[in-house]
Amino acid sequence: MKFVDFVARDAIRTSIEVEEKEQVIRHMASALLEAGKIAEDECESIIEAILKREELGSTGIGRGVAVPHTKHPSVNELVGAVAVSDAGVDFDSLDGEKVHLLFMLVSPPDRPGDHLRALENISRQLRDDTFCSFLKQSKNADDVWQLLEEADNNQFVS
Amino acid sequence: MSTLVVQRTVTITSPNGLHARPAELIARTAMRYESEIELLQEGVRVDAKSILHVLTLGAAQDSELVLEARGPDAEHAIEALADLVARDFEPDESLSQDRSG
Repeated sequence: MKFVDFVARDAIRTSIEVEEKEQVIRHMASALLEAGKIAEDECESIIEAILKREELGSTGIGRGVAVPHTKHPSVNELVGAVAVSDAGVDFDSLDGEKVHLLFMLVSPPDRPGDHLRALENISRQLRDDTFCSFLKQSKNADDVWQLLEEADNNQFVS
Repeated sequence: MSTLVVQRTVTITSPNGLHARPAELIARTAMRYESEIELLQEGVRVDAKSILHVLTLGAAQDSELVLEARGPDAEHAIEALADLVARDFEPDESLSQDRSG
């Protein structure tokens, strides 16, 4: 599954000012709401589900990347937001590093395969140092989108 | 002294596949051992101690994986990881000091 298949272009945020885990998750959920990808009356329920999932174990997967996520019955397809933090967010990652890149995923409960393929794509692409560092340096949503498109076209994976 | 290499084939039974939580549990378990530990799937080989690397497999339900450990505690490492997969990543009650509640 490619980035452009699940990342909402209007839900990309760069140079985010918030540095605390819950605030970042709220910020990203708002981005999905503003992009029209989740319903306003479901937003709080989605945030709570994501926070609850984090309690189970951090979704900081290493290399300064986190994938906060949940299944939620209010969405019909997998939707994703992206956030870039310059200062880094303390996410309790297993490797102890602060998180600079966040991919938030909200998926329909009956589609575990899509969620798995999105995770596979994110992790596979971010294993590439160049892609990872370019993304972290992105200053606006257009830059992020362009990098995601380039990654989708296999310009980073050797 | 020769390096001990231990391999075991396991099958992912969870309908959700090897998603973020199982990947974290694999990495967390693997990190307890000194041995180098890798997961192999259809010729692809990844570091079991990295969540990010484990996720790149995108291993769905019914995928077969080979666990491979190389080092002084290889046998124990493979035992622990195979057990984790066999339990379908449910917490092991006998090792409860990790994360209670």
